[in-house]
Amino acid sequence: MNALLMENNRKNTILLAVLAVVLAVLPWALGGFFENGNSWLRAVDFALLYIMLALGLNIVVGYAGLLDLGYIAFYAVGAYLFAILNSPHLQAVLPAWLSHPPFLVMMILAAVVAGIFGVLLGSPTLKLRGDYLAIVTLGFGEIVRIFMNNLDRPVNITNGPQGINNIDPVQIGGYDFGRPIEFLGLTFEKIHLYYYLILAFCVLIIFVSVRLQNSRIGRAWVAIREDEIAANAMGINTRNVKLLAFAMGASFGGVSGALFASFQGFVSPESFVLMESIMVLCMVVLGGMGNIPGVILGAIIVSITPELLRDIINPLQMAIAGKRVVDPENLRMLIFGLAMIVIMLVRPAGLWPSKRRRAELKPKTKDIALQEKDSLQDAERNHD
Amino acid sequence: MTEVLLSIEGINKRFGGLHALSGVGLTINKGEIYGLIGPNGAGKTTLFNVLTGLYQPDEGKFTFQGKDLFRKKPNVVVESGIARTFQNIRLFANMTTLENVMVGQHVRTKTGVLGAVLRHPKAKAEEEAIRLKSEGLLAYVGIADRAEELARNLSYGDQRRLEIARALATNPTLLALDEPAAGMNPKETDDLKKLMEKIRADGVTILLIEHDVKLMMGLCDRIAVLDYGKKIAEGVPEQVKNDPRVIEAYLGVAPE
Repeated sequence: MNALLMENNRKNTILLAVLAVVLAVLPWALGGFFENGNSWLRAVDFALLYIMLALGLNIVVGYAGLLDLGYIAFYAVGAYLFAILNSPHLQAVLPAWLSHPPFLVMMILAAVVAGIFGVLLGSPTLKLRGDYLAIVTLGFGEIVRIFMNNLDRPVNITNGPQGINNIDPVQIGGYDFGRPIEFLGLTFEKIHLYYYLILAFCVLIIFVSVRLQNSRIGRAWVAIREDEIAANAMGINTRNVKLLAFAMGASFGGVSGALFASFQGFVSPESFVLMESIMVLCMVVLGGMGNIPGVILGAIIVSITPELLRDIINPLQMAIAGKRVVDPENLRMLIFGLAMIVIMLVRPAGLWPSKRRRAELKPKTKDIALQEKDSLQDAERNHD
Repeated sequence: MTEVLLSIEGINKRFGGLHALSGVGLTINKGEIYGLIGPNGAGKTTLFNVLTGLYQPDEGKFTFQGKDLFRKKPNVVVESGIARTFQNIRLFANMTTLENVMVGQHVRTKTGVLGAVLRHPKAKAEEEAIRLKSEGLLAYVGIADRAEELARNLSYGDQRRLEIARALATNPTLLALDEPAAGMNPKETDDLKKLMEKIRADGVTILLIEHDVKLMMGLCDRIAVLDYGKKIAEGVPEQVKNDPRVIEAYLGVAPE
């Protein structure tokens, strides 16, 4: 048993080492393989941002079982916070100590502020479940976006639909991430630097996710998802534990949003539409709710596939018809949607489901009978 | 010397026009097995839900170990030392047997987000203690070999046992069991009886709802009888069994 565990450990270590090397050379490999390597690297950077978002939403939806359709709001909060504190837009009115905070302080701030928003938006929804919760969170998500869109009057905070631009790139230890840095004979451009920066945060968030999952807190979340009344009757303060799920999920979104703002150099309300919330939810569901590797896989697939299709459809059309028949943008979403439907039909528990979820969607007949009996007794009990 | 553990007085609970409990009062002494019986719809489960915080009573008094628990949330009630099982088993079906019991210890442990992420020595020790105690409890109720099984895949009898183990994980002073023997065969019922006697011997007071009158008469120290939301009798089993009002409630009155 111990020998087996050691063997497994060694295997995992080797696997991790290989993965680390691959990730480290990825930007250069992309540049070597593709002509437009930098646009691919950009897609990878965005995929990493989406992984963080998906892992955050996974806490709320996958563990605690709270269907949140407005999750992108927390991404927006992180992004706007970074934009306001790190751009010329509000420099004149911001107190000096608050403008351009040191990078780590900024990231902690983004996580905390987004977490507070998570609690604020989560607390009115505590008594809601399922569809009702989904509708209310959807509303909150839109409210946040509409605020961003309209907070240019009477006091200009968000600069309205025009968004905030000229956001300064990150500065760490005197290095400006906006300019190329020479190191070991290699030139690290902005896009490379951000790749490593975002990757580092992504690894951190994966680590936090794994640790939380296998803890007292993680178990309490899953217990609430399984049976909220029983969880409460076993001594779990369901209100606080649910709020904690909202806060943790939101803080992941805030970190991702702050990195997004500084990478992009520009934020506007358009980046935070409902479709984005749905996309992140798709990543979680498609990959496998509640399973960290599954969610990561889902995020990569959902964010990279459209880019992949864009690069394939045009040349394909040219080769077959000799001209552009349809706009690739339209076809891309069509194919993407079809692919999602097929995957959900073939693998309803997600591409890489957790043990739990797999069992859940393949109930044995005995279990179904038991559940029916349960709900019958529930109905009886309510009459008692 | 008997020591009062739990006492309620004048508990009223209405659901709309239905007066489910009217003026119910009773006391449970430390170390006894206290039974609650009554015909279907008498209000047993309602009273049970009031005592475990799931229902908020409309009026009355509810004290436990000198602490006021009137209209307190279930998690507060559990923290004060009352744990329960459910009539219609409510396990965390897609968690393993072991995890179910580990959840039960949530209320007695402290590790927060920071401890979980950093996994400092204190958090690590606590997690280890949770695991050890949970394994111990599974052995205690006799399902140690099913630890890694999903709770949904356990047999009916084992699910009942797991519910008891999960409730015991909260370190209760009073364990409230809602029809634990429902649907069990005589052999399983007998094993359950032994388990309850063992739990009592280990210093946990038991409140029990059960339909199996024979089991109740052999097991309980005192029994209360509910009918139409009122307590109609209370006392030692012999006394209750011969009470004319109880006989009337169960069998009706013979025409003169």
